[in-house]
Amino acid sequence: MALPEKKQETALDPGMAPKETTQLQQIGRRFFRNKTAVVGAFVLLILYSIALLAPVLASEPLEFLNIPNRFQLPSWAHPFGTDNLGRDVLSRMIWGSRISLSVGFVAMGMAVTIGTLVGAIAGFYGGTWIDLLLMRIAEAIDIIPVFFLLITIVAVLPKSAYNIMIIIGITSWPGLAQIVRSQFLSLRQRDYTEASRAMGARDSRLIFRHILPNAAGPIIVSATLRIGSAILAESSLSFLGIGTPPPAISWGQMLNSSRAFLKQAPWTMVWPGLAIFLVVICFNFVGDGLRDALDPKMKR
Amino acid sequence: MGRFLTKRILNMIPLLILATMLSFTIMRLAPGGPENLLLGAEANATMDPERMAELRKSWGLDDPIPVQYLRWVKNIAVGDFGNSYFYRKPVGEVIAAALPNTLQLNVIALFLIYGIAIPLGVISAVKQYSKTDYVVTGLAFAGQAAPTFWVAMMLIWGVAMNSGGMIPTNGIATPGINLETYGWLSVLADRAKYMILPLTVIVFSGLTGLTRYMRSSMVEVLKEDYIRTARSKGLAQKLVVFKHALRNAMLPIVAISGGLLSSMVGGSVIVETIFSWPGLGRVGFDAVIQRDYNVVMAIMVMSSVLTLIGFLLVDIAYVWIDPRIKYD
Repeated sequence: MALPEKKQETALDPGMAPKETTQLQQIGRRFFRNKTAVVGAFVLLILYSIALLAPVLASEPLEFLNIPNRFQLPSWAHPFGTDNLGRDVLSRMIWGSRISLSVGFVAMGMAVTIGTLVGAIAGFYGGTWIDLLLMRIAEAIDIIPVFFLLITIVAVLPKSAYNIMIIIGITSWPGLAQIVRSQFLSLRQRDYTEASRAMGARDSRLIFRHILPNAAGPIIVSATLRIGSAILAESSLSFLGIGTPPPAISWGQMLNSSRAFLKQAPWTMVWPGLAIFLVVICFNFVGDGLRDALDPKMKR
Repeated sequence: MGRFLTKRILNMIPLLILATMLSFTIMRLAPGGPENLLLGAEANATMDPERMAELRKSWGLDDPIPVQYLRWVKNIAVGDFGNSYFYRKPVGEVIAAALPNTLQLNVIALFLIYGIAIPLGVISAVKQYSKTDYVVTGLAFAGQAAPTFWVAMMLIWGVAMNSGGMIPTNGIATPGINLETYGWLSVLADRAKYMILPLTVIVFSGLTGLTRYMRSSMVEVLKEDYIRTARSKGLAQKLVVFKHALRNAMLPIVAISGGLLSSMVGGSVIVETIFSWPGLGRVGFDAVIQRDYNVVMAIMVMSSVLTLIGFLLVDIAYVWIDPRIKYD
């Protein structure tokens, strides 16, 4: 009852009272103060718009060949040159951005869904056999080198662009589950959890309505940072020749085919690699910015 | 401490069992067994169903999966990883031939990574928001975002191709240069030459994460009260930084080092493939492509054991670095 009264007071004297802000506004303000994070977010926005507009922007259709035109130096007609089959590198990169930029979100979405669920259940029932079992499974996956696990599953299962994304997601949830679990372990003892438990809330309500929203910060941060690693994982797989299968195009796959022509056409290698680099560094900037914005204690 | 260690080692057992189950299951998900590979060498042999059946039987591939799993686990418990379908040799021999090459590269890389990352992180933290700090953090960000294989190709293109054949990009040594005729100095120089590029790539990609960790950990520690106390006592900056702060700032670095071994096995797949380095990463990748079950499973199990040992060493190192930490 005290709250509305207070509001009336500030309404009487608008010049003196500090403007009330929601938590979200504060987080937003802190994020926008971080220059690198804002630049990163802006660059990503542009790159995703390009990927969406690929059919309009790409100068050549997806499956296009013009062999007599191979290994053209960068020029006005082909700003990034042409590759071994005479295809415009920039145009292929624009098409390729659709896969390379989706990978991050699809794989991250998988990892976050599984990791949050497992971590939430393990943390909420911390100390019980179910916690023990789930965490042992997460650890067992974690002790096998991730990349080796990844190439093994990818090589064994049927290949498609989406399968690759899903497999990357499936192999990268354990770290997230551990983060979520530790959040849940501390949050389940808070007063508000106790209070709503006393009011007869079911476990699922406690987990999803009360604890999860409070654990959202660390989940969002590590999800953002994971997008970058997922993009790197796809490009590494494609570079090794076991990733996104043709005719689909991804930047890693372009790098794979550029390997044989490093001497004749280095531009086919430089640009796609630079694109991967740019996207990953932007996601890392945004992730770091989000962490600082969501955790004011970390501030300088 | 003794009791703690026994407990820790006992805790590893279920983890290892789970890891072996996982490795085994993944390989059995594959449609089409290894018999095609085994008979592929002989013309038309894969077309002969009788020979296929015979082969499956002699390799024990017709037994129920749990039986196969138990047999495999029983064998690896005594160090027998079975035979490689592809090399037609015991897996132990295949790995023993490749492992030293990987270790050679990665042990040197590890020393360089720690030797560079720790001072860089410390300098960056002590001079927070200085130009040096911005350069170091900028490079660290760049290194984390740059795909290793791209860095490798850029180096091959930009450095090796302009070196007039001085820096080789393929293999581990020049054939013919041996100890007897050339002496150890030439051999060493030759090996070093082949190592430059792969080493640069591994160090660059491993360095960056560690530098960022070291910096942020040091920044946190430097804000602590005891650092202010040390400073107000009039202690020299050097002493404060290296004696008081560094030791405490090292704890998180030690914590993440346990997983480093395992990530190096994963990372060597790419580096060794690009530079044709005959190590475990390349053998592992070839085995994956060839469906050489036993080799793949052996590498997975061995890396898991290595990681677990890494974690154990981390726990022991904790006590050594921070005497406040005591295990029951």
